[in-house]
Amino acid sequence: MGTQLEINRRTDAAAQAPSPKNGKGSERNRREALQGVTFMLPTLILLFTFTLLPIFYSLFLSFTRVNLFGGIDFQWVGFTNYVNAWNDDRVWAALNNTFRYALFVVPIQTAVALLMAAVLNSGIRFQNTFRTIYFLPTLTSSSALTMIFMFLFSLNGPINNLLVNIGLLEAPVNFINETDFALATIMVMNIWSTVPFFMTIYLAGLQDIPHSLYEAASLDGANAWQKLMKITVPNLTPVTNYVLLMGIIGCFQLFDQAYIISGGTGGPNNATLTFSLIIYQYAFQTIGTMGYASALAIILTLIIFTVSMIARRLNKEESNY
Amino acid sequence: MKKRKWPRVLLYVILVSYALITLYPFLWAVLASFKPYSEIVAGGLTLWPENPTLANYQHIFTNDPLFPRWIMNSFFIATVGTIVNVIFNTMAGYSLARLRFPGRNYLFLLILAVMMVPGQILLIPNYLIMRSLGILDTYAALIVPGAINFAYIFLMRQFFINFPREVEEAAQVDGLNRFQTFWRIVFPMAKASVATQAVFVFLGFWNEFLKPLLYITSPEKYTLTLGLQSFQSQNATQWNYIMAASVVSIIPIIILYILLNKYFMQGLRIGGDK
Repeated sequence: MGTQLEINRRTDAAAQAPSPKNGKGSERNRREALQGVTFMLPTLILLFTFTLLPIFYSLFLSFTRVNLFGGIDFQWVGFTNYVNAWNDDRVWAALNNTFRYALFVVPIQTAVALLMAAVLNSGIRFQNTFRTIYFLPTLTSSSALTMIFMFLFSLNGPINNLLVNIGLLEAPVNFINETDFALATIMVMNIWSTVPFFMTIYLAGLQDIPHSLYEAASLDGANAWQKLMKITVPNLTPVTNYVLLMGIIGCFQLFDQAYIISGGTGGPNNATLTFSLIIYQYAFQTIGTMGYASALAIILTLIIFTVSMIARRLNKEESNY
Repeated sequence: MKKRKWPRVLLYVILVSYALITLYPFLWAVLASFKPYSEIVAGGLTLWPENPTLANYQHIFTNDPLFPRWIMNSFFIATVGTIVNVIFNTMAGYSLARLRFPGRNYLFLLILAVMMVPGQILLIPNYLIMRSLGILDTYAALIVPGAINFAYIFLMRQFFINFPREVEEAAQVDGLNRFQTFWRIVFPMAKASVATQAVFVFLGFWNEFLKPLLYITSPEKYTLTLGLQSFQSQNATQWNYIMAASVVSIIPIIILYILLNKYFMQGLRIGGDK
């Protein structure tokens, strides 16, 4: 962020340089300011109406009970919503799911993304063909993908067929409707669909590692695995931190897949209830709990900010070495 | 080559296996869309349809009253959304990079800050705001709040920071005012960055699920992503129609991906440089 501001100052200085030559400097400046604001106008209006105002509105809502009957009616309830959240078993179930989900998904997707990026970057042929194929899941809507995966994992689907045929399962499992498997199905699907995005980030990072490091290691007789572990992984630490952070935030924001697979219920037995899904349910499916849902949204935001802050702190400590 | 020592065969085995894992669900969906319902639910591992048929596509396009409408809705929303985004984001990026006005740096910092705000916190208040504005259950509910994108405002600002000032000065010498300079000279020269944001903004609108779910209630105004879901309840999970409809929803994106691959890759590089 520091460098970006510096750039801004530098161009300011550059822009100011010719103006004294211009005689009517102040009139020109005023005109430029007016033009600047005019160009920003759509952004200013939309930024205020649909981002800034909602942030404060959300905070306000979280301390109220909202009734929507024709008009809107707010009833100030203080910290009640936050206290209720603490005592709500479903909130804890959602948090628990999110943590289990993150603990499984984040390490695997990060490792696979790194491995595939390293393989792609190892000077193989058809690099662009493979990249083009790998990127397909990222382009496809969660809506279509989830439907496809729901069939792949259904009772008659190919996954069950395969597992039964090779003897891993005795009878087909209804993955989507079984408490023990529903979340796992979403995990598998999301690893599959998010790896390409993180792989791309790793590829950019890999291209920044100086070749000379690998050449030196080769002279010392290091093998490919040693190079991967001793050069590639350590040099990619900042990228990995970013990938981990984005991965964790993604887990907290998981909604579409959980909603579609459970038909909006978060079932069976809250197995697919995510934090974003519970906010949706309280806001739009039950009556009179919109304020409560807002409190949950604020809690989600605070969790995400906390995770980001910890990640940033860790990043700083590491760069001190 | 730095990694000559890697056993090449192993590398290609990994690459091809992963490509197969990536392609399998797509391949399965495409081929299933040509199978009759009975063949899909009969199970089995055979990918290729035994009795290939176009009946599924025929059904969704002619018998289903709303499916063609959903395609039009998605196209309309994504296209209009992309056009306004490109115009507004580019104007804002230009203004932040090139025009001096009071509070500009604070505004830029504010934009960087709100980029980190998770979308979930905005959903409920935006629902209420749009309710008061009377635009719930209209296309505007999907287009207007998404008409700017902070990440692409940032992208355009970075682009214009490095844009040669001489071009604008020459245009002004030729008697063009600021707005003419922007539309006739600057905007066309930013073509590559504009195309990159356009591709990703379109993709975002086309694939959006949560916002149509919250803000659209009339089935005839559904987008394709939302419509796909109602197929499930409408027809008690008619997998054959769902697969055909999913394929139809993916095709425009694949065409875009092939035609504008250059801009996709450029956008990915920008994303990767974060």
